[in-house]
Amino acid sequence: MSIELIIGAWVATGLTFFIFTFLYKDNPLFKLAENLYVGVSVGYTIVKTYDTVIIQLIWKPIVEQGEWTLLIPVAIGMLMLTRYAPKAAWISRYAFAFIVGVGSGLAIPRTISSFILKQIEDTVRPLLMLVPGEGVTFTWSLLNPASSLNAIIILVGVCSVLFYFFFSVEHTGPGKVVARTGVMFLMIAFGAAFGYTVMARMSLLIGRLTDLIEFSDSSYGSPSLWLLGLTILTLVVMARRSSSKQPKEE
Amino acid sequence: MIFLRRQVPLLITLITGLVFAGQYYVPHPASEQMLTSVTKWLQIIGGFALVLGVSSLFHVHAVKIRRKEAGWGYSFVLYVGMLGTIAVGLWANGKEAVDGAMTAFGWVYNFMMVPLQSTMFAILAFFIASAAYRSFRARSREAAVLLIAAVIVMMGRVPLGEYLIPLSGDLSQWILNVLNASVRRAILIGVSLGTVALSIKIIFGMERSYLGGGKE
Repeated sequence: MSIELIIGAWVATGLTFFIFTFLYKDNPLFKLAENLYVGVSVGYTIVKTYDTVIIQLIWKPIVEQGEWTLLIPVAIGMLMLTRYAPKAAWISRYAFAFIVGVGSGLAIPRTISSFILKQIEDTVRPLLMLVPGEGVTFTWSLLNPASSLNAIIILVGVCSVLFYFFFSVEHTGPGKVVARTGVMFLMIAFGAAFGYTVMARMSLLIGRLTDLIEFSDSSYGSPSLWLLGLTILTLVVMARRSSSKQPKEE
Repeated sequence: MIFLRRQVPLLITLITGLVFAGQYYVPHPASEQMLTSVTKWLQIIGGFALVLGVSSLFHVHAVKIRRKEAGWGYSFVLYVGMLGTIAVGLWANGKEAVDGAMTAFGWVYNFMMVPLQSTMFAILAFFIASAAYRSFRARSREAAVLLIAAVIVMMGRVPLGEYLIPLSGDLSQWILNVLNASVRRAILIGVSLGTVALSIKIIFGMERSYLGGGKE
């Protein structure tokens, strides 16, 4: 096995244990790993942005293809950096105005088309279907999201939830029933989202534990076992130190 | 001066907003080309925005180290992690692997960033479980519905759950594909209406907070 894989296994295992120590309490090992995580993530983002933006979008098109018009967005981007000079900071507004203006302009028709009209179209579907040979049918299958019964449930869900968030009308009488139905739909969706998130996190946890089991192999030098012992020992030492310091402070 | 500082940015927003809202309704190659170009432009300008954010992070931690404030050592670790990753990243030309061989940048990604990131998210499983224990007690009808939906979805996502409650797999799919979809759709419609309203307010200068405060 190559040396970089063995060192990688030790580093990955150590950092994994350092993060897991937070389950005991906030401690220097966790803080170290946390700050290293922020540093590495920012460094990674900088390198990727440099490669994508500076090299692929600016340097190569200008130098290799002569796309000099790309100097315009570069100039607009440079205007943002005037934020560093308080007297000239107002110039950065031009860059922000451009971004916000373009973003807003692009958002209006696309949002209406994709997220309002398309969603309404998918909600207001025919309740009866014309099946060749069977004539007009109403499908009862709950397992088929496109069935007639599910179409009614979706329609009721969308309308009741929208009504729940519509505060221009007081939720009394029949309106209260509709709003309550909306709340029930919301609660089911929140519960489902919660359950889904928990299982996604569990999946990540299983992934980390799988790695730790793999790295406990002697071919890596058993980093999982050594570093687990070392991490626990460090936590015990730190706990003893802090407990022996406390009476003196009191 | 007020004109340059306040009116010109609003004018830029108005013109660009109207032009790119109109672009959607012009099915011409030139219009499509304009959209492609501006998308690339926004990516380039976004890169400069990153410079602003990162320099702020640099500054905050540099001050901490210089003044030797409490926890300055962690700021030093952050600096080492960041500069080290930038150095190996530039050395490897931003590539994690070359001809199938892992670069030093790829090593940092595989053995530092991925374990740190996934463990950070994985420990949330414990906190979510403890939060659920405290807040999921079925104290009202709504809480009970939320609890039942969460349990069904959790059971339906694992083989053991499906083994214990055979219906949970299908029920979980139905909750996700029908009930959850209807709520997501309603929320999406509401959010979209808000987005359109906000965009119109921005284009016509009724919403100006993006220009920031400070002197006129």
